[in-house]
Amino acid sequence: MSDLASLEATLLSDIAAAADEPAIETVRLAALGKKGSVSELLKTLGTMSPEERQTMGPAINGLKNRITEALAARRSVLKDAAISARLAAEKVDVTLPVRQSPAERGRIHPISQVIDEIAAIFGDLGFAIAEGPDIETDYYNFTALNFPEGHPAREMHDTFFFNPDASGERKLLRTHTSPVQIRTMEAQKPPIRIVIPGKTYRQDSDATHSPMFHQVEGLVIDRNANVANMKWVLEEFCKAFFEVPQVKMRFRPSFFPFTEPSLEVDIQCDRSRPGEVRFGEGSDWMEILGCGMVHPNVLRFGGLDPDEYQGFAWGMGIDRIAMLKYGMPDLRAFFDADVRWLQHYGFRPLDMPTLFGGLSS
Amino acid sequence: MKFTLSWLKDHLETDASLAEIVERLTAIGLEVESVDDKAGLKPFVIAKVLTAEKHPDADKLRVLSVDTGTGKAVQVVCGAPNARAGLIGAFAAPGTYVPGIDVTLSVGKIRGVESHGMMCSERELQLSDEHDGIIDLPEDAPVGTSFASWAHLDDPVIEINLTPNRPDATGVYGIARDLAAAGLGRLKDGAVEPVAGSGPTPVTVALDFGDTDPLCRGFALRLVRGVTNGASPKWLQRRLIAIGLRPINALVDITNYLTFDRGRPLHVFDAKKVAGDLVVRRAKAGETVLALDGREYELTPEMCVIADDKGVESIAGIMGGEHSGCDAATTDVLIESALWEPLNIARTGRSLGIITDARYRFERGVDPEFMVPGLELATRMVLDFCGGTPTETEVVGYAGHQAKVVEFPVSEVKRLTGIRVAEEEARSILGRLGFGVADAVETEVFGSGPPTGTIGYVTEEHQRTTPRPGVLAVTVPSWRPDVEGKADLVEEVMRIHGVDNILPQPLGSHDAVNGRILTILQIRTRAAKRALAVRGMMEAVTWSFIPARHAEAFGGGSAALKLANPIAADMSDMRPSLLPGLVAAAQRNADRGIGDVALFEVSGTYEGDTPQAQRRVAAGVRRGTARLDGSGRHWAGNAGAVGVYDAKADAFAALETCGAPVDKLQVEAGGPAWYHPGRSGTIKLGPKTVLGTFGEFHPKTLELLDASGPICGFEVYVDAIPEPKAKPTRTKPRLDLSAFQLVRRDFAFVVDRGVEAGAILRAATAADRKLIAGVSVFDIFEGASIGEGKKSVAIEVAIQPVDKTLTDEDFEALAGRIVENVRKQTGGVLRG
Repeated sequence: MSDLASLEATLLSDIAAAADEPAIETVRLAALGKKGSVSELLKTLGTMSPEERQTMGPAINGLKNRITEALAARRSVLKDAAISARLAAEKVDVTLPVRQSPAERGRIHPISQVIDEIAAIFGDLGFAIAEGPDIETDYYNFTALNFPEGHPAREMHDTFFFNPDASGERKLLRTHTSPVQIRTMEAQKPPIRIVIPGKTYRQDSDATHSPMFHQVEGLVIDRNANVANMKWVLEEFCKAFFEVPQVKMRFRPSFFPFTEPSLEVDIQCDRSRPGEVRFGEGSDWMEILGCGMVHPNVLRFGGLDPDEYQGFAWGMGIDRIAMLKYGMPDLRAFFDADVRWLQHYGFRPLDMPTLFGGLSS
Repeated sequence: MKFTLSWLKDHLETDASLAEIVERLTAIGLEVESVDDKAGLKPFVIAKVLTAEKHPDADKLRVLSVDTGTGKAVQVVCGAPNARAGLIGAFAAPGTYVPGIDVTLSVGKIRGVESHGMMCSERELQLSDEHDGIIDLPEDAPVGTSFASWAHLDDPVIEINLTPNRPDATGVYGIARDLAAAGLGRLKDGAVEPVAGSGPTPVTVALDFGDTDPLCRGFALRLVRGVTNGASPKWLQRRLIAIGLRPINALVDITNYLTFDRGRPLHVFDAKKVAGDLVVRRAKAGETVLALDGREYELTPEMCVIADDKGVESIAGIMGGEHSGCDAATTDVLIESALWEPLNIARTGRSLGIITDARYRFERGVDPEFMVPGLELATRMVLDFCGGTPTETEVVGYAGHQAKVVEFPVSEVKRLTGIRVAEEEARSILGRLGFGVADAVETEVFGSGPPTGTIGYVTEEHQRTTPRPGVLAVTVPSWRPDVEGKADLVEEVMRIHGVDNILPQPLGSHDAVNGRILTILQIRTRAAKRALAVRGMMEAVTWSFIPARHAEAFGGGSAALKLANPIAADMSDMRPSLLPGLVAAAQRNADRGIGDVALFEVSGTYEGDTPQAQRRVAAGVRRGTARLDGSGRHWAGNAGAVGVYDAKADAFAALETCGAPVDKLQVEAGGPAWYHPGRSGTIKLGPKTVLGTFGEFHPKTLELLDASGPICGFEVYVDAIPEPKAKPTRTKPRLDLSAFQLVRRDFAFVVDRGVEAGAILRAATAADRKLIAGVSVFDIFEGASIGEGKKSVAIEVAIQPVDKTLTDEDFEALAGRIVENVRKQTGGVLRG
């Protein structure tokens, strides 16, 4: 074997033996560095005769090229191996649980959610949302709503009172959202289309009654709104709210001081499955709201001529319709802030009720 | 209001079924609450015991052979002591549900002998508590027929949920009238024939209210001498029992019967126990009466009584007195039929806590025109059941009934309900309900005065009446005090014509895309809720009223905001803040073992009792380790205890969502007294407007709330955030992107420990408002190396060249200005 051949064999064997990038660099320097074995050979070319050079030139350069290639190839293999080794070393346990997003942990209370659902539906029907104070005067809560002084209907409201002030006036916690009817009539001219969600208070407490609860009131006043329109609005609302294609409702004549005629409304439902109420089917009737044509005296108290203006109003319990729709069994739990209850019955913060995306998911 | 079907049919001639009647009652506003059709009693048949032999293996049992009317004797094992051959009783076949023992019978073996049914006791049929033996019927009871129907026990009981405006329907007769008007039959004549009396009533009645408002609007009285007050007839007793009343004696039963039959409460006095004459007056302060319920009541001058020479004999219109009540020994009876002031009855009943069938009717308003007929009808029944001789009826103080006349354009029905009802039908409906219907006319007076300027010219007055087409003059019957105007008549026509006949009609559309329907405050309220929930908090709805000491600790507790009649002692004061309720709620969860909770509420607080004093507040608390990223231990790092900065971040998130100008807000150290003074802050817009507070709680606050930490909270006054100015367009400001690279430079300043980082940030920012795009704090260090009472605050300044690349000299100059400004404002020196 010639010297060149043996050198090549040695170098190639060294290259193959190099286990990492520093080792391959050592081999490269030993071969191709300034004093490297191949570099030294190349230097000898200058001292050779032209004939010798003609043979040895290509031979040595060939050697250099092959060694260079071998080095690059080995370097590439070693780089890949190094990356693989690093990646292997960097492996983690992806089954470890990560923290839940706060947006998934947070909850919106069913009352807020249902108020948003109501706003979405009535917004579509051209209604605005009105509000009023919780602490009311006797005038707005009773007198202006046609509850005569001392009338038994006042007593049926189980009112919370404050102590009389220096002028003898006794404020109270509103027993219904209806005072906002009068406040709205005072503030704005017809046509009026509003819904009024809010807190209401009565001295009553059991599984379906709470001393604080929520009502939504509706009021339409213009020159021709009538019972037929009222039936339509309430049927459309119930269909949209309960998210069923059809509902069957029963309107029964009833009595409220602030409406005449007055009606109570039952909705057909199926309660045969425990803890669940289905609307639009079944053989039960469940009372769901009270309504009627605004009493002429109430219109007068609101500064309107009952021969010129007319309209209808209704009221229903927000907590109650929330319980019916979502199946909460006990009203008292609404106000207990038990995070287990909120987690279960509450709504995720980004589940916003809209008509274009559906009220509930 | 309860009644039975047969009772109804006393007044209503009808072929309608029970189901039809029930359905129609609800449809016309007399909502049926329940119907007991007595179907459970149907399977029991009258059966005769043919033979009764001793049971071979039991001393107390007998083996009966019973004829149930099928022609085939049935073997029954029976333990009743009165079981004997020849007895006729009530038999239940296998398969029958026996309500008194809550068992459905099957064929069974009793001590080895088969029993094919049961002979029942009254208790087993839930007729009474009688269980000493099986039912023992008279010999003529027809074997094989329905026991319930033979015994008149199958009369269905209907209960209606009466609205307070319908006193006329507190009597079966009034209900029959409504059903007849609704086309369900014919109302029988309810007219009452007066009963002639002989001689004047010896007891006189005086209404004595002095110069106070009279509380009695009429009083009718008569005496019946020589009565025998035994039991009332079976049919009457059965009806009283069916509606839940206990028969007492004929005289008392008659008053109870007419209370339900005609909605006319009456009272009977044992005349021999009445001393002297009767006076109807206000009670004297402190006067007492032992009432028929056996309880003694203390009365006030606000209450009306009937008294004799010895004192109060009856609480007018509510309950009679024990002393002069009628019993089996009564021979002379005074029957009273009176009219009481409804509001006074309601008040008296309420303050005495007495609920009676009489009060129920008087406070709704009984028919004044039936006061005397009611007395006549009672007299007739007394004579029929008890015999005796009546005196003449005395009537005191009744001024007669002034009937209301309402002008009623029939078009009102269409206007208010949307259905067109023909005038003929409206007339007919009102007529059937007892309203007087006539044509309305316009009366014009003309020629009533002399022509101007003439003297001595006299003309005769003329009246001309012209009919008003489509307008009715409707006279309201005396039993309908609730009907006052046109709208009431619309309701009458609507409910009888049928609410179901009104077809839904769309409400006029607004014909356009609907605009924004929420006010700014509503939008902010809603947004704040979603923003806080997105931060991992759960929305609570807590009570508006809180314990007084909680309210006081949070700046509330004023007299004006205390409830006079709280539902519980610790729900007495309107809350001045949402925080006490939320802290208490967090603690309740902690007590249940869930200590890491984040709760918020966006709702009202009350600074006073006016509408303006009700604030809209967003508030939240975090407890334990319930921080934004999560709570508790975690392999990637445990959550630390919550603190003031968590609350501050929540407060700013709420403010930002509500559109507060966050870059203009200032944070001042310290907050209201309920916070930790060194770990709380107040967020202000300008010197006066407070937009929120945040912090950890003062240990004394937590002690008062029975809560434990770590716990922090915040409040943001949503209604104090200024509303944005209305803008003509929604165009956003132009975005100018710099062509030059943003450069960051770090500075560390050593300052006194008390220097606020905010002051350093403000000083650095102010060094060059054009070039400095932002300043942030990235490190705080305290340690011996920088000296006692000192701290190092490291800031990063973002510099955005505007029109040219900055040279080293430019940066040096800017850095110098920053260092100098910080030194001037805070005394800070660049850390070496």
